[in-house]
Amino acid sequence: MAKKKEGCVASAAGPITSSSDQGDDQAPETVKEEPRMLARVGQPAPDFEAMAYLPHKQDFAPVKLSDYKGKWITLCFYPGDFTFV
Amino acid sequence: MNDDLTKLDVQVLAMSTDSHFTHKIWQEEELSKMVDGGVPFPMLADAGGKIGEVYGVYDPVGGVDIRGRFIIDPEFVIRAMEVLTPEVGRNPDELVRQVKAYQHIVATGEVTPSGWEPGDKTLTPSPALVGHVWEEWKP
Repeated sequence: MAKKKEGCVASAAGPITSSSDQGDDQAPETVKEEPRMLARVGQPAPDFEAMAYLPHKQDFAPVKLSDYKGKWITLCFYPGDFTFV
Repeated sequence: MNDDLTKLDVQVLAMSTDSHFTHKIWQEEELSKMVDGGVPFPMLADAGGKIGEVYGVYDPVGGVDIRGRFIIDPEFVIRAMEVLTPEVGRNPDELVRQVKAYQHIVATGEVTPSGWEPGDKTLTPSPALVGHVWEEWKP
C-alpha cells in the first residue's frame, strides 16, 4: 500500500473489502454504493486504510488497521477536531 | 488514560471525518496545550465517513462519525464496541477495565463476572458450574 505517494489531495483507500484487496482504485466507490455496517463483536475487524497525522513523527502517512495486527487495538471515533475528545 | 493503555501494550487510533491536515493543526494549536506533549497516537482521517459507515458510527445527517470505541484483539477480532450519541463523553476507566478483563480471559480461559476488576474473583466455565454460580460469586 506504499505505492500511493502523498500529495495535497492524497486520499487513502478507505474501507478495504475482499474486492479491493488488489489495490483497485475504484473499489471504495463500490463500498459507497452498498453502505452497510460490517463491524460485529466476535467477528474480524473490517480493515481500512486512512491518511493519518502521526504526532510522534510530525508526519503524514497512510495507516492500515491491519498494520497493528498482533497488538491490542483501541479504535476511537469522535465527531470532530476542535470540539472535545 | 493513554499511559494506562500503553502499559497494557494497547495501540490507540483516533479517527474523525476531519482531514489529516486539520488533525495536525488541532494537535499543534490546541491538544498540545491541553496534554503535555499533545496526544501520542495516530490521528486518522475518515474522508466522507466511509470507514465510520462500515463501523456503524457514521451520522449522515451531521456528516460526522459519532463517538464509537472498538477493542480489537491481537487476532484482529472485535471484542467490544461502545457507541454514544455526542452529548455524553466516554469513561476511559471503563475502557481500561474492559481491556484488562479481555487480556485476562485470553491469557487464562477464565471468565469475568460483572464489574470485575483485576484481583477480583473469576469463574471457570464448566458443566458443573451451571446452576452453582451463586456458590462461587455474588454481585
